[in-house]
Amino acid sequence: MRSSHPLLRALTVGVLALVALVEVFPYLWMVSTSLKDLAEVTRFPPTLWPSPARWDNYAKAWASGPFLRYALNNAVQTVAILVLQLFFGCLAGFAFSKLRFPGRDACFLVVIACLIVPPQVRFVPLYMLFSKVGLLNTYASLVLPYAVSALGTFLIREAFMQISDDIVDAARVDGAGTFTLIFRILAPIARPTLVAFSLFSVVYHWNDFFWPLVMTTTDAVRTLPIGVAMLREEGTGARWHIIMAGSMFVVAPVLVVFVAAQRHIIRAFTFTTLK
Amino acid sequence: MFALVYLYPVVYSAWVSFYEWDLAGPARWVGTANYRALATAEFLEVVTNTAKYSGGVVVLSQALGLLLAIFLNDRTRLGALFRASIFSSYVVSWVAVSLLWIWLLDPQYGLVAWLLGLVRLPAVNWLGDHRIALWSLVLVTVWKTVGYPMVIYLAGLQAIPGDLYEAAALDGAGGWHRFRHITWPLLTPTTLFLLVTLTIASFQGFDIVKIMTQGGPVTSTMIYVYWIYEQAFQYFKLGKASAGVVVFFVLIVLLTLAQWLLFRRRVHYTT
Repeated sequence: MRSSHPLLRALTVGVLALVALVEVFPYLWMVSTSLKDLAEVTRFPPTLWPSPARWDNYAKAWASGPFLRYALNNAVQTVAILVLQLFFGCLAGFAFSKLRFPGRDACFLVVIACLIVPPQVRFVPLYMLFSKVGLLNTYASLVLPYAVSALGTFLIREAFMQISDDIVDAARVDGAGTFTLIFRILAPIARPTLVAFSLFSVVYHWNDFFWPLVMTTTDAVRTLPIGVAMLREEGTGARWHIIMAGSMFVVAPVLVVFVAAQRHIIRAFTFTTLK
Repeated sequence: MFALVYLYPVVYSAWVSFYEWDLAGPARWVGTANYRALATAEFLEVVTNTAKYSGGVVVLSQALGLLLAIFLNDRTRLGALFRASIFSSYVVSWVAVSLLWIWLLDPQYGLVAWLLGLVRLPAVNWLGDHRIALWSLVLVTVWKTVGYPMVIYLAGLQAIPGDLYEAAALDGAGGWHRFRHITWPLLTPTTLFLLVTLTIASFQGFDIVKIMTQGGPVTSTMIYVYWIYEQAFQYFKLGKASAGVVVFFVLIVLLTLAQWLLFRRRVHYTT
């Protein structure tokens, strides 16, 4: 937006505004559709804003499946994965940065190699493994494959490396145990990294569709993205008002967090991948 | 732990890929039959579709991301608002985005059909026409993910020292020349990084196909990971699916290696 000529500048701003509108308007359309009734959904030309707004669509969408269960499962899955990833990430990050033991660097190379193994490579074999040991359709099948994060370990190690060994030694002299040292002293110093990685992980797993789709076939462990996708398969005709209302269950929490912490989130996504 | 959830799957896939197994019965050794079964027209189409999808997504989102980054590289409030709006889609669920776009592209009641009608353009059967469906998916993917290359390019642009532009301005270099001889070469590492990251990411495309087209019409949007999923969970051909997984993994390793080599070679340094 730094063109010198005022007309050119206005034109640039105009085009950028148009792009931003194209990016954002579909979400407004989602909200608008979610408040219409069936007659208004199928009206052509479409109306911009429904009158009256049918807020009960949200109650209908919520009641059209065990959505409370889905939402709880989604939250449990996301939080459990995050807690485990941070816990193991800090332990491994500490071992790889502050301890000296034979084979340390070889082990770390293995972690780096894991960075390039995406879920799409892991799902078939892990599905077979879980089916053999009877873990399909359990929280374990959703959480365990993500309990250790190669990316998290890598980032936390980097952050711990920046911390002077003097601090570690001083804490040791003061009688701090390894756990106290890691979680009371090192982790708080590495907070920016932990926050960035957490945002990344939470957004990813809250939205994740692929993994729960493969691992779950019962409502007891299904998550929100699965429940929302199923809204389209059940029922007939253009129930778009219900489907859009249901989609908001997945979208709204993320957008609220995004609006509140957009700087942090944008940084988290650039930071976690640029390293 | 790492070995269990990351490396075990890779090895196990390689192992199962030499068997014929439907999960229920016993596995039967078939040698390389699963790999030979990949050498068919069906699989070739999957590869072609994936290449088209990935190529389209990578080229478009990178070009658009670079353009947006160049014009939004400032410190105004309006710029920040635009950046946030454009990036927001990146953190929204694929499921919601896919559902939303089925509805927007609905040939009968969709918003896009109405907008095209307003400017008297003919209606397009976005998802129902086998010649168009794959490209519709490309457009939706670019719409959702363009914020990512934009912010990565912005980070790259901010690393370019401002005095280079001042010196160029003194030499009388115009906007295009400054881009051609300063911005673009100095962004080479960023461009290569995005090229590989976006290629790998788009290779992994699945959600959008599962929800919007299920590989159809016919098999026109059957892309790689969705194909593996269908082999494993619709047809229960776990051996064949595993062979697909192994080939997929080899491709990703090759791409990562390519990134490594490229990075070491063609990088422009500044002092």
